[in-house]
Amino acid sequence: MGLFNYILLLYEPQRRAGIIMLMDWQGQKFVEQIMQISLLVFAVIALVAGYVLGSFHLMMLVYAGGVTLTTLITVPNWPFFNRNPLNWLDPNEVEKHHKPQVAVSLKKKATQK
Amino acid sequence: MHSFGYRLNVLLTFAVTILALMCAMASLSDNLNTPSPSAEIQIMNINWFQKQPQGNDEVSLTMNISADLQSLFTWNTKQVFIFVAAEYETPKNSLNQVSLWDAIIPAKEHAKFWIHTSNKYRFVDQGNNLRGKEFNLTLHWHVMPKTGKMFANKIVMTGYSLPEEYR
Repeated sequence: MGLFNYILLLYEPQRRAGIIMLMDWQGQKFVEQIMQISLLVFAVIALVAGYVLGSFHLMMLVYAGGVTLTTLITVPNWPFFNRNPLNWLDPNEVEKHHKPQVAVSLKKKATQK
Repeated sequence: MHSFGYRLNVLLTFAVTILALMCAMASLSDNLNTPSPSAEIQIMNINWFQKQPQGNDEVSLTMNISADLQSLFTWNTKQVFIFVAAEYETPKNSLNQVSLWDAIIPAKEHAKFWIHTSNKYRFVDQGNNLRGKEFNLTLHWHVMPKTGKMFANKIVMTGYSLPEEYR
């Protein structure tokens, strides 16, 4: 229960901003690289193993294993990939800075037409 | 890449695309194989040789077919389909091909064989041209892959002939 509350606290700024990101940008880039390289490497290993040992079945098994392993590493939101989270601006800060005003002259031009 | 579902989609799509490429490579590897098949067919007996009521010649033969097709098999071979055809020339057709027998070889172990059999399919001519006819027996094979391109070839054996008179 304590861990759950801690996680809730951690993502509070994101929750208030309306968006939850469970993997930061650096993590996403890293995961994309891992995914592509891992799948290609397993494909090559599977192809070579199958050809050398003369078994199509073996190639399929090795590749399926590689795909499963890659899925386990890259698809879930492991905390390892979220070590530099960008936190959303606190709402109290937002209130201190006013939004820019629309110029009055623009409104007059619109009504003339 | 910022959500579970998105990453899963990317991974599955990329994995399947790579799988297609692997299958293409497997098919290309079949070109590295240089097969050296051999075959021999003996006609043991002409069982009967008649003119049918419709007017066409028909012959029934017993053959002894022996072959070694083991070199055709690769890691990417599902099965080899073979058939024996009689080929001859008539005034009406420059080439007649009549399929006499076929079989499916599922594995390399079964590719070296001999079989004593009568023709599985009827040897019927378009007309009455078979008396004394000289013909070739051709063993065709189709190497059917697990993925990719199918290879087909044949061995032509010459020097066979049918009797001069009906039996």
